[in-house]
Order: sequence, then C-alpha cells, then structure tokens
Amino acid sequence: MLNISPFRMVLIWLTVAVGLLLAMPNAFYGKVESYNDSVVATGSGEGWPGFLPSGLVNLGLDLRGGAHLLAEVQVEDVYQTMIDVRWPEVRDALAAERDTVGFVTREDSPEGVLRVRISEAAGADRALQIVRGLAQPVQGLSGAGSSDIEVAANGPVLTITLSDAEKAGIDERTMGQALEIVRNRIDEAGTREPSIQRQGDRRILIQVPGVGSAQEVKDLIGTTAQLTFQPVVGRTSDPSEDQGSGNELLPDSIQEGQYYILEREAVVTGEQLVDAQPAFDQNSRPAVSFRFNVTGARAFGDYTLGNVGSLFAIVLDDEVVSAPEIISHIPGGSGIITGQFTIEETTGLAIQLRAGALPAGLTFLEERTIGPELGQDSIDAGKVASMVAGVAVLLYMMAAYGLFGVFANITLIVNVGLIFGLLSLIGATLTLPGIAGIVLTIGMAVDANVIVFERIREELKTAKGPARAIELGYEKALSSIIDANITTFITATILYTMGSGPVRGFAITLALGIITSVFTALFVTRSLISIWFSRRRPKTIEV
Amino acid sequence: MRLRLVKDDTHIDFFKYARVWLGISMVMILVALASFFIQGLNYGIDFQGGTSIRTEAEAPVDVAAYRAAITPLELGDVTITEVFDPTFADDENVAMVRIQSQEGTESVTAGTLAEVEAALQAVDPTLTFTATESVGPKVSGELIQTAFIAVALAVLAILAYVWLRFEWQFAVGAVLALVHDVALTIGIFSEIQIQFDLAIVAALLTIVGYSINDTVVVFDRVRENLRKYKTKKLKEVLNVSINETLSRTLMTSGTTLMALIALYILGGDVIRGFVFAMIWGVVIGTYSSVFVATTVLLVLGVKRDWSKKDPSAGTRYAEIDA
Repeated sequence: MLNISPFRMVLIWLTVAVGLLLAMPNAFYGKVESYNDSVVATGSGEGWPGFLPSGLVNLGLDLRGGAHLLAEVQVEDVYQTMIDVRWPEVRDALAAERDTVGFVTREDSPEGVLRVRISEAAGADRALQIVRGLAQPVQGLSGAGSSDIEVAANGPVLTITLSDAEKAGIDERTMGQALEIVRNRIDEAGTREPSIQRQGDRRILIQVPGVGSAQEVKDLIGTTAQLTFQPVVGRTSDPSEDQGSGNELLPDSIQEGQYYILEREAVVTGEQLVDAQPAFDQNSRPAVSFRFNVTGARAFGDYTLGNVGSLFAIVLDDEVVSAPEIISHIPGGSGIITGQFTIEETTGLAIQLRAGALPAGLTFLEERTIGPELGQDSIDAGKVASMVAGVAVLLYMMAAYGLFGVFANITLIVNVGLIFGLLSLIGATLTLPGIAGIVLTIGMAVDANVIVFERIREELKTAKGPARAIELGYEKALSSIIDANITTFITATILYTMGSGPVRGFAITLALGIITSVFTALFVTRSLISIWFSRRRPKTIEV
Repeated sequence: MRLRLVKDDTHIDFFKYARVWLGISMVMILVALASFFIQGLNYGIDFQGGTSIRTEAEAPVDVAAYRAAITPLELGDVTITEVFDPTFADDENVAMVRIQSQEGTESVTAGTLAEVEAALQAVDPTLTFTATESVGPKVSGELIQTAFIAVALAVLAILAYVWLRFEWQFAVGAVLALVHDVALTIGIFSEIQIQFDLAIVAALLTIVGYSINDTVVVFDRVRENLRKYKTKKLKEVLNVSINETLSRTLMTSGTTLMALIALYILGGDVIRGFVFAMIWGVVIGTYSSVFVATTVLLVLGVKRDWSKKDPSAGTRYAEIDA
C-alpha cells in the first residue's frame, strides 16, 4: 500500500495548497491589513488583489498593545431602583381603600425591599390582597408564568420584594444594556476591532487594541449618552430652516434628510427612565413599553395631560430616535411607544432607550495595559526565536534521517504554513504564548515523522525489502501516533475551556498544531515518500 | 553517515537500578512538597492580586531611587526588580514594580497609578511605562481555583483515556508519571522562586500533554511486545520496549528542547518563565516516561495473553489501513 491512489494524492495536495493559500496573506501583514481596513471603510480596497484570500491572524493584545479590562456589573443597584418605583403605585392603590386600611406610610428597609405600614391592622388582609393584585407576570422567556413581586404581611407591615424570576429578568436586561452601552461607547471611539464579551453572569470582558491605557477605556465607558424627551414643534427636510428661538433642529436617526424642530428644553431625561422593554400594543403590534422614576413620571404625566395629539420626540445623543404621537394622558409614569415597528426594531429601541446611561455601577476587577512597543518587541523576539528553532530542527532532522529527513522538513514547513492558514481561517487570535505554542509545535511536529522513521528502520532490519518496510513502518506506528496525539489534544481542549486570553491563544495553536502535524506526517510525508519511491525504485534505502 | 543519539541496537537494563531511580524520584518529590509547603510559590499578580508596572528607561535602573520615590505614597508592600535580557538594547533598561493589592478596592485606582507613575518619572524623566497590569483579589482567587481544576481535569481525562485504550495498570503508571512531573515542576518554581502566573499553568498543562505523549508511545510498544513475546518475563518485555523506542524518545525530546532553548534565549523576558517551565517539563517528562511509568507497570504487573482474550485483536479498524 505504499502507492497512494491518484484521487487521494490530489486531495492531500489540494488541502495543502488551500491551507498555504489561506496562510499567505500573513506574509504581507501590513499590506493586507490596510487593504482590509479600506474595504471596511469604502467597500473596495486597493493594494491587494481581491481574488486572493485576505483573512489574517489577529494579533492578541500582548502582541499589538492595548487595554484589557474585566468589569463586574453591580446588578443590585438596579434591584433598588426597581423596587423604589413601586412605591407610588402601592401607595395609590392602598389610598383608594383608605376606609379599610387607613393611612399608608413607607418604612425604612434594607436594600432591595419595600416596606409599607398601614394604620389599620385589621385591614392587613385586604391590603395584602390589593398589593398582590399589583403583581404582573414576568416578561421574558426565563420566568414565564411567575409574577414579578412577592408580598408578605407581618401584622400591619407589608413587605414587598422582587421575585427571583423578576431578579433574573432584571439581571439579563441589565447585562444586555450594560454590554450595549459599553459597546456603543467604545465603537464611537473608533478603535480597531475592540472585543466586548459577556463573561459569566455578571461580567464584561473588554479588550481594546491600540489604546494607550486602561484608564482611557474607563473614561470612554464612563461618559453617558444623553437621552431626552422633547416636544416637537415641526418636521422639515431642510437642515438650514430657521427653527426659532428656544428651539433646535435635529436629524432623524434612521431616515436621512428628515429633520425635526424641537423645543430645546427637555421634558424628561434618560436619567429618569428606569426601564424599557419590547412589548405589544392592544392590536398586538410590536411596541416598546417604558417606565419612569417618581419625578420623571410626574413630569411626563403633566406634559402628556396637556398635549394629547402632539408629537413627542425621543432624542438619543442629538438624534431623533422616534417621534411618537401622544394618544392619551399617561399618568402612571409608564407607557408604550407605538409605531411602524418590527419586533427586532422594538427590541433594539428598548435597548437603546435603556442604554441612555449605565444601568448599574461597574467595578473593574482586572485591568491590563500593554504598550505597543513591548508588543512589537515580543513579535520580533518571537520571530527570531521561531526561525532559529526552525533552522536548528531542520538541520538536525537532515543529519539524523538524510533524505527522509528532508521529506520531514518539507512537511514541517508545510505544517507551520497550515497552522497559520487555519488560524486565519477561523479568525483566531495569536498571543505571545501562542507563538511559544508554534515553536513548541515545530519541535513536536517532527515527532510523528520520527515515530514512523524509527519504525521503518526497525522493519528494515528484518529485511523484507524497502517498500514493505516503509509500509509496515506506517502501519505499526499509526496506533502510537493516534494515542499520543489524542492525549495531548485532550489537554489542549481543557486549556482552551478553562483558560482565558493569552492562555487560550496558546491552546488554539497547540490544538491546531496537533491536527496539522498528524495530517502532514500521515499524508504529506507519506505521499512525498511514495512519489520518490515510485520514481527511483531503490533496491535499498537508508533511513 | 547519520547522526545517531543512541546506537541502533541497545540492550540497556533500565530496571537494574530501578530502586535508585525510584528513590531519587521520591526524594525529589519530597523536597518539592516541602519547598511548596514551607516556602510557598512566588505567585504573580494573576494569583495574588495587585499591580505590576513595567518601566523602561534610557538610564540604568536605580532600584533604591525608585523605592525611595514610591515609599512616601504608602502603598504597603512594593517589590522592585530589574529585568535583564540579552535582547535588550543598551538604552533599554527595564524594571518591574509590583504593588500589593490595596485594601477596599478591587484593582488599583487611577489616582494611585498616576501618583506612582509621576513619582517614578521624577526620578528619571525618560521613564516610560510599557505595561501596567492590575488584578483584584476577587479575580485572582478565582483564577487560582480554575487553574487547579484545569490541571486536575487534564490528569483525570488522561487517566480515563489510557484506561480505555490500555489496561488500568497502564493508566495508573501514566498518571503517577504525570503527578511526578507536575509535582517536580511546581517544586522547582517554589525552590528557586520564579514567578508563578497564569502562563505557568498553561506550561504545566502542556507538560502534562507532552509527558503523556512520550509515555503512550512507550506503552504502545509494550502492548505490542506483550503480544509478540508471550513467554518472556514482563521485566524483559518492558526493557525491550523501552530500548526499541529509546531512539524516538530522545530524538523527539531533542528537537523539542532545541526549539525551546532557542525560544528561551531569544524569545524575550516576557515568556522566559513560561519557556523555562516547558524545558524543565520536557526533561522531567522524558525521564518519567522511561523510568517512572514503566516501573509502576512492572510493580503492578499486567495481563499477559492479550491475543486470546481480545476477540477483536487483529481486526481492529486502526490496523487495517492507514
């Protein structure tokens, strides 16, 4: 079986060719990078042929320089706000039944708990009933079916807490909102390829290449977007139209060429908004429901009472997101925005509304800044080290195995190329330990070849002729190679799952290195030997 | 003429001094454990929390002056070390300043950092800060836990795999060899107080992977020879197997070590600790595959008649065709 079928041969070399083609752009890193940038910016790029692959290995922060922050979102902040806004509702509901429950006062309570005392203890049962009646089903997928508050009575004191399902819902929304805000803020700064990821239940991992310090990123996140609700004076398509004193002209965020003239003074601002969620109106059309805090609710209620029928603009960062019509007086501080929305749009708008300001404080658990010079030094050092390591291994293999060593060396070069090709293909990130992983792979990649060659040597001793020896060598070495590499692959997988950042980068290169080195040793080296053997038909071989 | 690390046909008796080798390994593990429990590891900020600042200056590093500048800020334990590296240019003088984690805050506040940087720049205006890393105690606690779990999981996964592919005696041998390697690696880090951080854990896992790779190749040959020489004593079968694979074992260790040494010398100081762990691990891993894993096998004994009891022998998929 030394001969490999032509079909297999083509398949093997095609794989190699595709792999190397994918790796090739990395050899022209600067050129391809600027090409890719211009494609993103203008839609067409120059300086690199468009028909060639242009995927690159991303450089990790430790190689490119930049900031890495791990922030924890203080979701408890939100529990407090969400329970606070229930107080007016509870008070009004109980006040309507003053005859049975008496006067209602709010008591001091621990964080996240609303405690209410009624003056007529005998009315406690009725009060409990009323307040429980205020509970609403939890929105969202996770807690469907359960209500949002839990009410308990202890004599004349009612204790109202958020249910676990509601808390879980709040956690989800808060995290989504915090992620959105952080992402918006960092995107505005226009740095290249920032990565903002949720990590675990309450954490956000922020990685921004190319910034001078982690502090810059923190400053960026800290600035709040301005969300306001402003009365609409008129609509226009002429940006130079005279807006009149006390008014301002702002563009529509979606429709280009559409402008609104608004009263400059906002009725309510984003700081007073506590919640916004995708919902449906009476006719089951997608809408966005929102809720203000106490002061916001009063201002909003007063304004809507006096201006039914007029337009009310929602302005985010000096752009009009939406200008719905006030259909009726909205007294409770909550309402819905209707319009020609799709469900996706309402979800997006809800997030944008909530994204006005960070919903909860961020605590930074980890901050790392790597200077670009240090990263460049590491790249340079890594390059030199890989080359020296590569040349040393090549010479050594040639000295040890002669012609077969040369085959192994060609394979080794193909192998490194394939690693880069795969890294580019999956858009993986190369880190400093990742470079170490490649150097380690250079050392270990020859292992599979070594196992085979040593085996061939042994088989040659029993004098079955060279073709049979080579064949047996591959056959008998297979189980060793597979077992040895699967075990290493297991550790690489664990490294990837448990590790983060640079360590993960290392795990990826190690794992890819294992795959490519097994492939190259079993197929590429073998096909080289096969080609050589069928041409020369040597009577004896020396390995 | 070929370069040969070992002669083609070796007949070394690896078990002649088995007791000596085991004794040496035992003593080394005891020393490693003692060092770990008495002296402890020199944890980096990843595992201990705190802030480290890397400075680079044109003028030579003056540790005393740096310390004098930072002391008035009252930041508690501050360590300043100069970093030497053959890849540095003459005007590249690097130092690492490490500040313990501050009470009440997760990571060092921007104000404190600015103060430290200003104080240092007063000493040497050419000073730049090429890297600043700050890890809070909360995360560092979790990181160390995750690291421990990762290493334990890797060892367990390998135990399971080797058990499935071979016999339980092989699995025990392989895992004891791994524990041996991990213990000795942690031992040397504790003994010479090299900084132990996240990257070292990655190195540790790689050592586990490398060492098992070596061990499995030897075991595979043992399994094959057990089928081949049905009447030979186990000790002889093991010896033959080790001798037959010796050339490959040393060849692979050799190429890997060459690559690693290149990286150690030329790769820069940032990953030197990582590479050091790896070099040590390759040496120890090679030793343990040859001496520890096989000795365990010899002590435990193995099932001998593989061919009869294994109905699928000879028709296994893997052996039909590559």
